[in-house]
Amino acid sequence: MANEKDRVVVIGGGLAGLAAAMRLAEAEIEVDLISMVPVKRSHSVCAQGGINSVNPATRELGDSEWLHLDDTVYGGDFLQHQPPVKEMCDWGPRIIDLMDRLGVSFNRTPEGFRDQRRFGGTMYKRTAFAGATTGQQLIYALDEQCRRWESEGLIRKFEYWEFLGPILDDNGICRGAVAQDMFSMEVRSFPAKALILAHGGCGLIFGRSTMSMICTGGAAGRAYKAGVKYANGEFFQVHPTAIPGTDKLRLMSESARGEGGRVWVPRKPQDERDPRSIPESERYYFLEERYPKYGNLVPRDIATREIFDICVNDKLSIDPERLCVYLDLTHLPSETHRKLEGILEIYEKFQATDPRVTPMKIFPGVHYSMGGLWCDFEKDEKTGGLALGSPRNHQSNVEGLFVIGEADYQYHGGNRLGANSLLSCIFTGMIVAPSVQNYMSSTNGGATDPPSTLFEREAARHQADCDALIARDGNENPYTLHQELGDSMTRNVTVVRDNAAIKETLVKIDEIEKRYANAALTDKGSWTNQNLSFTRALGDMILLARVIAEGALKRDECRGAHYKPAFQIKPPDAEDPAEMRRQAAEWCEAFAKQIKRWLKTTIAENTPDGPSFSYEAVDTSLIPPRPRTYGLKGAEIIDEVWKQRMAGEQAGAPTEPVASV
Amino acid sequence: MSKQVTVAVKRQDTQTSGSRWETFSIPYEPGLNVTTILQRIAANPVTVEGESSTPVAFDACCLEEVCGACTMRVNGRVRQACTALVDNLLAEQPDRITLEPMTKFPVVRDLHVDRSAMFESLKRVHAWITADGYFDRGAAPRMSQDAQEDAYPLTTCMTCGCCVESCPQFNDGSSFIGPAAISQAVLFNEHPVGKFDANARMEVLAGDGGIADCGNAQNCLKVCPKNIPLTQSLAKAGRAATKYVISRFLQK
Repeated sequence: MANEKDRVVVIGGGLAGLAAAMRLAEAEIEVDLISMVPVKRSHSVCAQGGINSVNPATRELGDSEWLHLDDTVYGGDFLQHQPPVKEMCDWGPRIIDLMDRLGVSFNRTPEGFRDQRRFGGTMYKRTAFAGATTGQQLIYALDEQCRRWESEGLIRKFEYWEFLGPILDDNGICRGAVAQDMFSMEVRSFPAKALILAHGGCGLIFGRSTMSMICTGGAAGRAYKAGVKYANGEFFQVHPTAIPGTDKLRLMSESARGEGGRVWVPRKPQDERDPRSIPESERYYFLEERYPKYGNLVPRDIATREIFDICVNDKLSIDPERLCVYLDLTHLPSETHRKLEGILEIYEKFQATDPRVTPMKIFPGVHYSMGGLWCDFEKDEKTGGLALGSPRNHQSNVEGLFVIGEADYQYHGGNRLGANSLLSCIFTGMIVAPSVQNYMSSTNGGATDPPSTLFEREAARHQADCDALIARDGNENPYTLHQELGDSMTRNVTVVRDNAAIKETLVKIDEIEKRYANAALTDKGSWTNQNLSFTRALGDMILLARVIAEGALKRDECRGAHYKPAFQIKPPDAEDPAEMRRQAAEWCEAFAKQIKRWLKTTIAENTPDGPSFSYEAVDTSLIPPRPRTYGLKGAEIIDEVWKQRMAGEQAGAPTEPVASV
Repeated sequence: MSKQVTVAVKRQDTQTSGSRWETFSIPYEPGLNVTTILQRIAANPVTVEGESSTPVAFDACCLEEVCGACTMRVNGRVRQACTALVDNLLAEQPDRITLEPMTKFPVVRDLHVDRSAMFESLKRVHAWITADGYFDRGAAPRMSQDAQEDAYPLTTCMTCGCCVESCPQFNDGSSFIGPAAISQAVLFNEHPVGKFDANARMEVLAGDGGIADCGNAQNCLKVCPKNIPLTQSLAKAGRAATKYVISRFLQK
């Protein structure tokens, strides 16, 4: 048997964790794969739309990896470091080919090639897909590969085990992880040369979201508590149309509006009439009225903001208890209904009403964490991408601890483009493996063995924490606290942000944190205690909620999904061309100042007094930031003024791809 | 008092202890499903008799019927708890909703069962493509739209266990690997590259616990939440196994 300490521990078996485990196994490195659920049931299964890459069909129309990079950083409002994104876009075609080889049943063209569809934020059909379950198909292919390596003995799976924290030695180097068997409740150490965190997003901080029940942020909170920095926590994607459910929010695809669906609320607040009997004149088609040009097909972030605004500020939610608006497809012909069959069935299955006859009730849903645990990268100066194999890639500030997938913060900046998440997850899993391998063989890669007492001590410490939580007395209910936390976070720290409201939530978090100390378990047992697991995760959610809310409070600007109207640059409104030009110049001046002040990564570090914040420069060495003027009056003039302004400055970075394709 | 929903849950504390029933009463709300009911019980685990209990252990993850985790017997029928809507359940059985664990797997606790046997079966049937490596080797062979459309339903199997739960042949006294694993073997045997390993899979399908154990009850088809044409897969496996056994005999 190989030395136990030569193993790598991977936390999480979604696309990123499985891709990493599979590539490590290929390199004959033994892996312990720890997951709260059988890996095949990980949250990646929920992704529907597809996975982006440049492909022969888009290339024919002038597309390139460089344009995929440009769309991604423009969509992300330039908040992401560009070298990792460039590398990801370069790898896109290879990754889709690989997934194809691993048996993913991608939809086909008549000639038998992979078919692609178009997604938001691009002009090209880059998105390969497998029916309406692309995420499920991709993860199954990786699950199958990992099962193969498992049967060959290179991967050991620990399913229904929960990560409790990294093991750091006296020098602060990561030496493995502590985890708990969710059945027997046994706590034990997993010694390792390197630890890879691939635990996914943390949507449950917002109560109900489109995320799975395991996406609590528990693992992220535990790493953060142990000293890993948390970056861009305040950047959270909210999808405009989700089906509000009593237990979670389920996604309703944008194609419903693409095919002619209309969003409305009754003009009379909480009108109790059957929606079908409300006459046209008493319906408020607010997107169409407010955005006559784009109507229901305004960009995602705008649709999300308007629906939120109509319910929260205008108090026109259909349902007084549960915020929602109508998404109406009832007027569409039956052939359109047939085209939308798949998504209409989902609605019907969960809501038990026929959306062909009765308007759907939808509301924006917290969907994806762009922020996450901080990790490093090394740029390759020749290619502009990553120096592949560098141990710095995806390594956190804690030596030996790596972060990948939705758990990291690196690829999506201020806003993620649809169908880029599956790509970033598989990509990071693929490239972290050689980095970990090189870290392990480097001299400081845990060359000296830590004392075995370290592992016993850490397991005992976590066991004591469990015992204390089980023994705790008090009259607070963790499930109620979770609901209160989620309600306050959703109300004040999602779509539209206002400093006074965020401060309210921070006061609420203080209160919940105090009450959490009195949250007692109703199950004091030591067998399959899900009550313990949930209550422990709630502590982590509170910790991260503060990182998210304080980060949002401090960031006084609008960028991507972070929308704070009080700090929006005033858009030009002049009719006179000369005045318009003057206003555009003013706008650009303000924009340049905003870049200087805020085009930075938010970094939170855990201290006994709460998070300590600092800001780090973003690597925009490949594509200089430019204004996102979509929907703005005078957009063309702003673009023109900005270009002149940039030409006037000495640009130090290339704006075109460097040589070869 | 507002409308209440009565829910009877079959509980079992450990793998070896006996079971008992507990009844809870949950305030009705529109859109309620079984996973929400279980969350409501967790928040306030008090029985109708007013006795304090514990949250009911259950397996759940995506709550969108795509991960397969929350499979259980609801009103006596195996299905996912997330798509089991209270309105429909009360129409089936007005007085109460009953929740029980699946019967073909060892109970871990309450409604949580251990389905690792299903994942082991996937190992046995070699349900993967034996890739040379994960480096860049271009795309897989082209595939016709028809072939993709045939394969796609089979790829949506979420290993939930409904098919084996309903299968009379899948029980303690038999080594039958069940419809889900057989269907995966068929999927890979029909894949342009997966078929290179077809013989390894056929050894399992033609062997003990393989396709010969299928009693053709066809229950699997009726309970599959994804409408996977399982009986079609079983028939294909049967024909392939016959051919395989004959050719193996002739080659001896």
